[in-house]
Amino acid sequence: MTRSILRGAPPARDRRRPAAPPASPHTGRRQVWRSRLYRLDVKGSPYLYVAPFFLLFGVFGLFPLAYTALISTTAWSPRRPGSEDISVGLDNYRNLLHDDNFWNALINTVGIGLVSTGPQLFLALGIAHLLNYRLRGRLFLRMGVLVPYVTSVAAAALIFNQMFARDFGLLNWLLQPFVDSPIDWRASKLASWTAVSVMVTWHWTGYNALIYLAAMQTVPYDLYESAAIDGASRWRQFWAITIPSIRPTIIFTVIVSTVGALQLFAEPFLFDTTRNHNGGADRQFQTVVLYLYQQFWTNGRYGYAAAIAWALFLITVVIVLVNFLLARRIRGSDD
Amino acid sequence: MRRTHATIGLLAAGALVLAACSKNDTSSGGNPAGPVTLTINVFGDNFSLPGNRSIYEEYEKAHPNVKIAENRSDFGTHHQNLQARLTAGSGTADLEVIEVGQIAGYIGQTDKFVNFLGEGVDAGQWTPAIVQRASTSDHKTLIGLPTDTGGLAMCYRTDLFAAAGLPTKRDEVSALWKSWQDYLDTGSRFLQKAPKNVKWFDAGGHVFTGILGNDKETYYNDKGDLIVESNPAVKAAWDQTVKAIKSGQSAALAEFSPEWNTGFQQGQFATVTCPAWMMGYIKSNAAATAGKWDIATIPGGSGNWGGSYVTVPKQGKNIKAAVELAKWLTAPEQNVKLFKVIGNFPSQKSTWSQPDVADFKSDFFSNAPAGKIFPASLANAPAQVVGPQSGVIGNTFSTALNSVEQGTDPNTAWQKAIADIKAAAGTG
Repeated sequence: MTRSILRGAPPARDRRRPAAPPASPHTGRRQVWRSRLYRLDVKGSPYLYVAPFFLLFGVFGLFPLAYTALISTTAWSPRRPGSEDISVGLDNYRNLLHDDNFWNALINTVGIGLVSTGPQLFLALGIAHLLNYRLRGRLFLRMGVLVPYVTSVAAAALIFNQMFARDFGLLNWLLQPFVDSPIDWRASKLASWTAVSVMVTWHWTGYNALIYLAAMQTVPYDLYESAAIDGASRWRQFWAITIPSIRPTIIFTVIVSTVGALQLFAEPFLFDTTRNHNGGADRQFQTVVLYLYQQFWTNGRYGYAAAIAWALFLITVVIVLVNFLLARRIRGSDD
Repeated sequence: MRRTHATIGLLAAGALVLAACSKNDTSSGGNPAGPVTLTINVFGDNFSLPGNRSIYEEYEKAHPNVKIAENRSDFGTHHQNLQARLTAGSGTADLEVIEVGQIAGYIGQTDKFVNFLGEGVDAGQWTPAIVQRASTSDHKTLIGLPTDTGGLAMCYRTDLFAAAGLPTKRDEVSALWKSWQDYLDTGSRFLQKAPKNVKWFDAGGHVFTGILGNDKETYYNDKGDLIVESNPAVKAAWDQTVKAIKSGQSAALAEFSPEWNTGFQQGQFATVTCPAWMMGYIKSNAAATAGKWDIATIPGGSGNWGGSYVTVPKQGKNIKAAVELAKWLTAPEQNVKLFKVIGNFPSQKSTWSQPDVADFKSDFFSNAPAGKIFPASLANAPAQVVGPQSGVIGNTFSTALNSVEQGTDPNTAWQKAIADIKAAAGTG
């Protein structure tokens, strides 16, 4: 299309030139130049507007991705000079398949993800629903739920570590009447998953609640009004009106939370007391990214860590795709 | 209008690129006479205590053009950042402290550090073993100057000993444990009459480290081979520690964790394997327990744990001034001062007989003659062989013993530890 226009242009100009009065050959050329500029502006400038994103994505996204892939085929270790040039092909990936610690980390990640994401989104829905009512000091409350989100994870972890301490922790003190001996929160998978999930839920619930609240506010108020006239309880209104209306938003938060859960690092990292980033003395709560961190930093296995990073990337893509397809099917059946 | 937008977009993108490229060039050239700020990255109480930087102040007073800025991070973060910045080629401080268990890992990267042998340093002031750890095998390059050394002793709580009916005088206590087996037997005695919720020691990892302190070769042999699995001393130390854990002697507090610190404050254990630098650690973490502690000799009679080196990375901008400061900080006079202020024991043998060191008594530790106890344990200590991943291997064993304390089967824990060590220190 574009090309044919350009090719067609010169004869048109030739035809016009003898016909036009010789007084202003200059203006004619300027007009052509201007129209060309205009066309470039219309067609080209959108690309320029989005260019910064792609530039930054290239530097901070695409290049690291490609470079990580390259490193993952080497035996690079900072302790062995020249090892970055030793190619091992796909050996790192092959070893990963037989690495019990990797599978353990994957199970931990999925487990903590399930234990944290479910309650997190349900709580967020409930809180958003309550905040959607006309309450006294609504703005204050709405801002209040966001406070955990803007608090640094590290600062919060300090408090949570105190609460989940084995010997003088607040939670064990509260649980005293119900358990025989104090719970060692880092000793078992279930206890440590719970502790980490509580930290994650605390951090993200308010954020999700605010997203839900924004979606809920687009639901026409008449719907609730007529439902109320029909005698529907608030609970019924919530299930029959609110939830179906904000379904796309729920799907969005599920996908975002899933990706976040797969990349979970800060909370288990800060909850860990081992000096080799083991994620618990017996890797009870070592997530995939924490395992990557351990292999990279503690063990200096740059190539292997890069392979873990890529494996996690692929797993994330697959899970998000499944998520997306499921979501589309749910929406499709609805229409 | 539209074109203006495009221009703005272009300018913004350009500005970003420029911002990314510009370097903040604070001090060009290494003129030692001009005003310089020397940065030093440390991982703990290497040269200062929180709220006490007297050693830096003294240097600043003598060199008015020099300001010293210390940046403190925890052990793991510190060494990781250092490695990352060395690999990246920028970002290190002018001086970087490296712990003894980590130093061998940097010997393969000697091109990134200043060689002190070319800077007029007399390596003869330290024992050959200490110097060798920071040197290449051909003895031609020395990347770090030794600061302190961690002679081993046993710190104990006199109040808890008295409560359990054990002797409290340090000579009598030292006589209780000639060997580590004696120490653990005393632990059984202690537990029979111990106050509620008080254990014999803090963590299995510390006992394990202490037992191995009597051996020359632990994780690596002289040739630099990894011998963890085949070394009977390591397995014996493991078995001995596991037995003590199983008999309930351990408070099971992960080393250097917040819970461990609380354990010092609350008196959750009666004894702790005590390198010289631990005196400063206990003092700053459990100030309220002053006078309740004393120091006895270490079972087995000798041992060494910890110690550090000061290095100057070549990427720094003030190399000359940094080398001067490194030499001054590690000189015998300063090491003696640091011993008195922090408890870090000087690595120069020549200082040990000086009255300032030899007659030093710590009032926090019931006036224990620290200046005599630590040199005695160092005098017989074997020159331990360290390898590139000695520190990581030690941490792996501590973690594995902690998992035994949490209930993991000891044999499984041992096998997992060996597999982890192969991953960490093998060729993978």
